[in-house]
Amino acid sequence: MQHITFTLNREPVSLEVEDHWTLLRVLRESLSLTGTKEGCGRGECGACTVIVDGKPVNSCLVLAAEVDGCEVLTIEGEMRDGKLSPLQQAFIDTGAIQCGFCTPGMVMSARALLMRNPDPSEPEIVEAICGNLCRCTGYEPIIRAIKEAARREMSHER
Amino acid sequence: MNDDLIGASIPRIDGIEKVTGSAVYAADMKMPGMLYAKMLLSPHAHATIVGVNVERARKVPGVRAVLVGKDLPYRIGLYMVDKPVLADRKVRYHGEPVAAVAATSEEAATEAIDLIEVEYEPLEAVTDAREALKPDAPLVHEDLHEYKYVKGVFFPVPHTNIANHFKLRKGDVEEGFRRSYRIIENQFYAPQVQHVPLETHATIAHWKPSGSIEIWTSAQSPFAVRNLLSVALGISHSRIRVVVLYVGGAFGGKAGIHLEPLVALLSKSSGFKPVKLVATRHEEFKTLPCRQGLHARIKTGVSKSGRIIAEEIEYVWDAGAYADYGVNIGRASGYSGAGPYDIENVKIDSLTVYTNKPFGTAYRGFGHVELFWAVESQMDIAAASIDMDPVEFRMKNLLAPGSMTITGEKVTSHTGSVKKCLKQVANEIGWGKQSSPKSAGRRVRGKGIAVLHKAPAMPPNTASSAIIKFNEDATADVIVSGVDYGQGTATSLSQIAAYALRLPFDRIHFVWAKDTDRCPYDWQTVASRLTVMAGICIMRAAEDAIDQIKSTAARALGVEKHQLEVENGKVFVASDPSRMLDYKDVVMGYMFPSGNSIGGPVIGRGSYVAEGLTNLDPETGQGLPALNWTYGAHGVEVEVDLETGDIEIIKIVSAFDVGRVINEDLCRGQVRGGVVQGLGTTLIEQYLYDGEGHLLNDSLTDYKIPTSKDIPREMVQILIETPHDKGPFGARGIAEHPMISVPSAVANALFNATGVRIRDLPLNPERVCLALRQRTK
Ligand code: FES
Ligand code: FES
Repeated sequence: MQHITFTLNREPVSLEVEDHWTLLRVLRESLSLTGTKEGCGRGECGACTVIVDGKPVNSCLVLAAEVDGCEVLTIEGEMRDGKLSPLQQAFIDTGAIQCGFCTPGMVMSARALLMRNPDPSEPEIVEAICGNLCRCTGYEPIIRAIKEAARREMSHER
Repeated sequence: MNDDLIGASIPRIDGIEKVTGSAVYAADMKMPGMLYAKMLLSPHAHATIVGVNVERARKVPGVRAVLVGKDLPYRIGLYMVDKPVLADRKVRYHGEPVAAVAATSEEAATEAIDLIEVEYEPLEAVTDAREALKPDAPLVHEDLHEYKYVKGVFFPVPHTNIANHFKLRKGDVEEGFRRSYRIIENQFYAPQVQHVPLETHATIAHWKPSGSIEIWTSAQSPFAVRNLLSVALGISHSRIRVVVLYVGGAFGGKAGIHLEPLVALLSKSSGFKPVKLVATRHEEFKTLPCRQGLHARIKTGVSKSGRIIAEEIEYVWDAGAYADYGVNIGRASGYSGAGPYDIENVKIDSLTVYTNKPFGTAYRGFGHVELFWAVESQMDIAAASIDMDPVEFRMKNLLAPGSMTITGEKVTSHTGSVKKCLKQVANEIGWGKQSSPKSAGRRVRGKGIAVLHKAPAMPPNTASSAIIKFNEDATADVIVSGVDYGQGTATSLSQIAAYALRLPFDRIHFVWAKDTDRCPYDWQTVASRLTVMAGICIMRAAEDAIDQIKSTAARALGVEKHQLEVENGKVFVASDPSRMLDYKDVVMGYMFPSGNSIGGPVIGRGSYVAEGLTNLDPETGQGLPALNWTYGAHGVEVEVDLETGDIEIIKIVSAFDVGRVINEDLCRGQVRGGVVQGLGTTLIEQYLYDGEGHLLNDSLTDYKIPTSKDIPREMVQILIETPHDKGPFGARGIAEHPMISVPSAVANALFNATGVRIRDLPLNPERVCLALRQRTK
């Protein structure tokens, strides 16, 4: 067991974690944040993507103990003031969601991209989500959603 | 207002929950006192189980139940009751569950699994369906002759590996071949592939001390799970409750019953604790079902003028170890197996054959992706044999009003138009026009087309039902039992409900959770039938509800019922709309000023059973199997790298006769997603085995699916609307069709670009490269 303290969705948290537990498991089981999904548990699908210190990571590959002192963002932190973010709204508007299982990870990969590059080109978007598998949508609407979100966020629209 | 609803691109109603991470999937749930389950899988493709020792496993602290096959004398099966809950006397595929544990933690369950000792005596495995047909082949099911199955529909051959033999006979093929100008015969192969839903199968089951069972699961069809469980365990339907919340992709792989019986039985033997089992990705690949492989042989006779005179087809389906949906896929691919063509003489034998491999089940297209791989490749080869343009050749032979399908169904103007689909696709892809540039360096371009059809494959008595109940504020709860695992049906059905109830869309509350205790019956969410069949039920339920509203309103307003109309949540006298009541005043009963009340809560009821279908003649396959046919076509332009064999999709155009678009965006979304999934089958996906039947690629590293980098440069969807006479507003199903015929369209384009014809899927760089080398030799 280890004691860790980190910032989760802009709030401080502090808890005991098993040494071998992954961040994904701690989020889902200890903290009941089940928005982050597990699709493979081996770093192959991106469903578990969260943002650690500004970078997208597969939370199934990160030990919880490693995020001690870090800043972690999950899908549960994407809404602000009870409102959908422009990114979330764009996912809905462009039809970037079908079964929704890839969606939280996809949104977090997109968020990480927009954090480092508010105006990404299409190839940059494609690259940013190429580790996030989606079996339903054929990706095209997801790419459009991220483009649209970038536009809206830059012009401060919702 | 309401009239614009049908066809409108209303954003999906489940969008907000999904994009905020608040949608709850089965694996997200936790119950008080819940245990965690793990499975022990067979390391052999075929072996006798000599002995199992679970003593050490039982002693692991936290372990509450350990089960092995001999504890569970139950068999499960949709059509052929052939599958034990855990392998009992022998294992039939690598990855088959042999034992299972429930414990207070995943760690304890895993530890216990590792301590179970199983002694196997390996048997010769049969891993090729054609080999499995040979008289001396090892038998996957020695007891086939004793199994229960749906008689009169399926035809297993005892003491062989044939789980079903479907026969179709129309006209006289031999005579047809004699009259033919050219006879073309080819063999094609489509390997097993996987659905790869992003969410693996997950189930929580709670066997209560009272003997009733509750199940929360990632299944497509709650009532099918309930029914199959009831039959397998001999427990009344009324004592089983199946709940489905959100499902993270299914594509047919979650259509029947899978983990549920095992988890329920673990719950029972752990002292009635809820038990959760979430398949790992490895288990998803090797233990849970995949899509069957297909070996196809097609012989086609054509006249000099380009008419297909005779066709003889043999489909050998590699079912894997259990029949599951496989036998019905064999049947469906038999009755639709010649494609949407008008052919005088047809003979089809479709055999579903057991092998020692993971078993196949329904997968988007239900056999049609595979059979159209063969049929639509063959059509191009046939056209080439008489030097005819592939589009022209198809146009001469496609079904049209007045023609007869191969089962003897007459095509009418309501059936839909495959010719329109092909024509528009050819037009949009620039058929007949040279690609520009035709070639650049080592890259060459080419175009290909392919058509398709599919009808829902279902029993002739398939039924659905719907309930609409009003709330105090005159919002309406719409309750059906089909599951929306991403298709968007919940949204389309809400549109239909709003339209039919004459209510604004935002007053429809589509009840998301499917619960067999609370929702009305629906057979299964498969076969692209939900929008049509549940749509009809919702229309009927709405009609029933409106009738009740009018009855009460007529008495309240002192008029006759037929004098009333409804619109925008109001009921009024047609000749004097000022005499009007809001639904609110009526749907819970109407109260006169005196306090006297009439009517009562409005509950609309709608049900539907597929009407007019028949069983098929066992010898000739003649009859009416199809509620409706959806036709389609793809046109594709590819660029092939002659050096690496890599195929890039420049453009793909897909047209479907959907009858009537209910929600345009969602409809296009189905097409796009299906096309890309079809490209996975076309270009990269396949199960790989070693010589002993061990699956080699049971991870997403070794089994790739398309990523954001693999999509076509351009995708175009064309939605054609030839109304169907039964579907709601004329709509037909569309969910499966976009995936069908993508492989053959690409192969035809590859041929057009390079002159190379490949008959085995997938068209991966290695295979294309080798074929190109062969060509230059
Ligand atoms: S669950 Fe982490 S990458 Fe798949
Ligand atoms: S929406 Fe289903 S996996 Fe992406």
